[in-house]
Amino acid sequence: MSDSNSNFIEVRDLTFYRGERVIYQNVNLDIPRGKITAIMGPSGTGKTTLLRLIGGQLKPDSGTITVDGENIPDLPRKELFELRSRMGMLFQSGALFTDISVFDNVAFPLRVHSNLPKDMIRDVVLMKLHAVGLRGARDLMPSELSGGMARRVALARAIALDPDLVMYDEPFAGQDPVAMGVVVQLIRLLNDALGHTSIIVSHDVEETASIADYIYVVADGEVIGQGAPDEVLNSEQPRLRQFMKGLPDGPVPFHFPARDLTDDLLAGVDK
Amino acid sequence: MIIQALRRVGSKGVSFLDTFGASGMFLFQSLIAMPNLRNSFPLLVKQIYSVGVLSLIIIMVSGLFIGMVLALQGYNILARYGSEQALGQLVSLTLLRELGPVVAALLFAGRAGSALTAEIGLMKSTEQLASLEMIGVDPLRRVIAPRFWAGVICMPILAILFSTVGIWGASLVGVDWLGVYSGSFWANMQDSVQFTDDVLNGIIKSVAFGFVVTWIAVFQGYDAVPTSEGIGRATTRTVVYASLAILGLDFILTAVMFGDL
Amino acid sequence: MRIRTLEISVGAFMMAGFAGLIFLALKVSGLTLDSASESYKVSASFENIGGLTVRAKVTMAGVEIGRVSDIYLDKENFVGVVNMDIYQQFDNLSIDSTAAILTAGVLGEKYIGIVVGAEDEYLVDGDEIEDTQSALVLEDLISKFLFNKTQED
Repeated sequence: MSDSNSNFIEVRDLTFYRGERVIYQNVNLDIPRGKITAIMGPSGTGKTTLLRLIGGQLKPDSGTITVDGENIPDLPRKELFELRSRMGMLFQSGALFTDISVFDNVAFPLRVHSNLPKDMIRDVVLMKLHAVGLRGARDLMPSELSGGMARRVALARAIALDPDLVMYDEPFAGQDPVAMGVVVQLIRLLNDALGHTSIIVSHDVEETASIADYIYVVADGEVIGQGAPDEVLNSEQPRLRQFMKGLPDGPVPFHFPARDLTDDLLAGVDK
Repeated sequence: MIIQALRRVGSKGVSFLDTFGASGMFLFQSLIAMPNLRNSFPLLVKQIYSVGVLSLIIIMVSGLFIGMVLALQGYNILARYGSEQALGQLVSLTLLRELGPVVAALLFAGRAGSALTAEIGLMKSTEQLASLEMIGVDPLRRVIAPRFWAGVICMPILAILFSTVGIWGASLVGVDWLGVYSGSFWANMQDSVQFTDDVLNGIIKSVAFGFVVTWIAVFQGYDAVPTSEGIGRATTRTVVYASLAILGLDFILTAVMFGDL
Repeated sequence: MRIRTLEISVGAFMMAGFAGLIFLALKVSGLTLDSASESYKVSASFENIGGLTVRAKVTMAGVEIGRVSDIYLDKENFVGVVNMDIYQQFDNLSIDSTAAILTAGVLGEKYIGIVVGAEDEYLVDGDEIEDTQSALVLEDLISKFLFNKTQED
């Protein structure tokens, strides 16, 4: 698996149901090693679910998810936890542990997975916090951070163990323009500096397209388009075009299915 | 109509069994996953603080008042038969056998149980549990197990303190205020209270209550729908289920311990 | 610093629980830690023990000098035998002392009252008090009273 051109993650024929609802139907994805791959799509299409499937928190109904040569759904619990120590995940809400300080949050994965002495851990934590520009905030509690800062701390925690894979779940959602710009730049910088593989799940077209190397667009349980950012942005395929340009009407209708407006108004009373 | 009602009862029953089984599995998984002592001891201490120490005030104050009320009521009734000196016996047996464990557990469910459910539900909704899993730490081991053990450890301590403060409050009212002779108050109590039968059985009861209340609380939190509404519902469920479980279990335990069953 | 106060308060909490348990054991249920070592056993037979219980007080002149340790029925003589632990410091009870089962108040607890005799020899471990007076049973008293009344008429 040392071949640097190979794909870090290969998803084959993935099918996943939530209850009766189809989330994914025979989806195939390749995540190349060392690149930033974006998975885009409208809200509610299960983009986060895909990250959880890769992280092994959910099991697919069929299909394989191979991460660095190992099929996630088949892994025994212990080896799965082992593999997870090589993955970092940035959750949408940051998911910092609210009962411990910023420093302890970043130190947490190090203390769990390594036997480093105390001063080494301190050095590593400070370096990671420095990378996200929050070395000075190490003694604050998560409740004292702004949303953007919390996400940066969470990012520092996600990269604490120098993982091979970092997954970003909606890293741009709900951020002010400055904070968003910082995160965009950080993702690119960290990816280039540390050489890990990145997956971004997002529906923010502009920001994602500006840093991604490759984009998949998923909707209705399948991949509706893929390619380099330019190709996807300029695609003439109607569904892709509607999503990327943010058009209010198109293949995805503006109106929720309903009967004809005139009929509805004339009916007077709902039965 | 009847068939429909039956069907509904049946499906309720099945879903109850389903939940019950799931919570049993959940408890089992949390408990077999007791990790090494060095790492988990600080976590346990922290939880004993938030579950036990923070419940102390409400337990002590309630115990004091219940003891004082028992003394007042008991004195008025006993005085009719001219046997006020049996007041110590009445208060201590009532507190040690029943009111201590039961009322302390009900207060515990309201104070600590609901807080546990809300806290774990919130950790779930803010993805802290998922994030623990992604870091490669079992949330059952890290989050649930210490809270569970803290509940089981704290409950008997709280019940003991409840009874102690209650008896002290009763002596305050009975001896210092109503004028029962203090020698006969305590002597009567000591003659009728058996350490194994009354004190130990009360403690066993409270351990059982602590087990059940914390079990319900942590499971409801872990199982909560991760929205603010879902957490609110789960918290209510914790208090309701835990209270019912305490009272039902109390009947069974009393029947076994004192009813010659 | 915050974590220190937390640990200290947890420690204090555990200690308070332990102290509460000790209070319940010693003060409320009257458990004595050294009852076994510093007492000697004396037994007495009664025709009727009338509601005496184990761990009832044994008194002399109203002062507690021991506890009832055991009650059983002597199957040959059909009398109730009561074993008492008398505290070691009261080692000068003469062998002709009398024991009576008394009641504190109308509804109060039963206890044993011992009245010392005149002999120079003292009771030692394993001795029996011969002279006993059974508990007053209310029904017997009433029937005796009525019997006397009818005889007088």
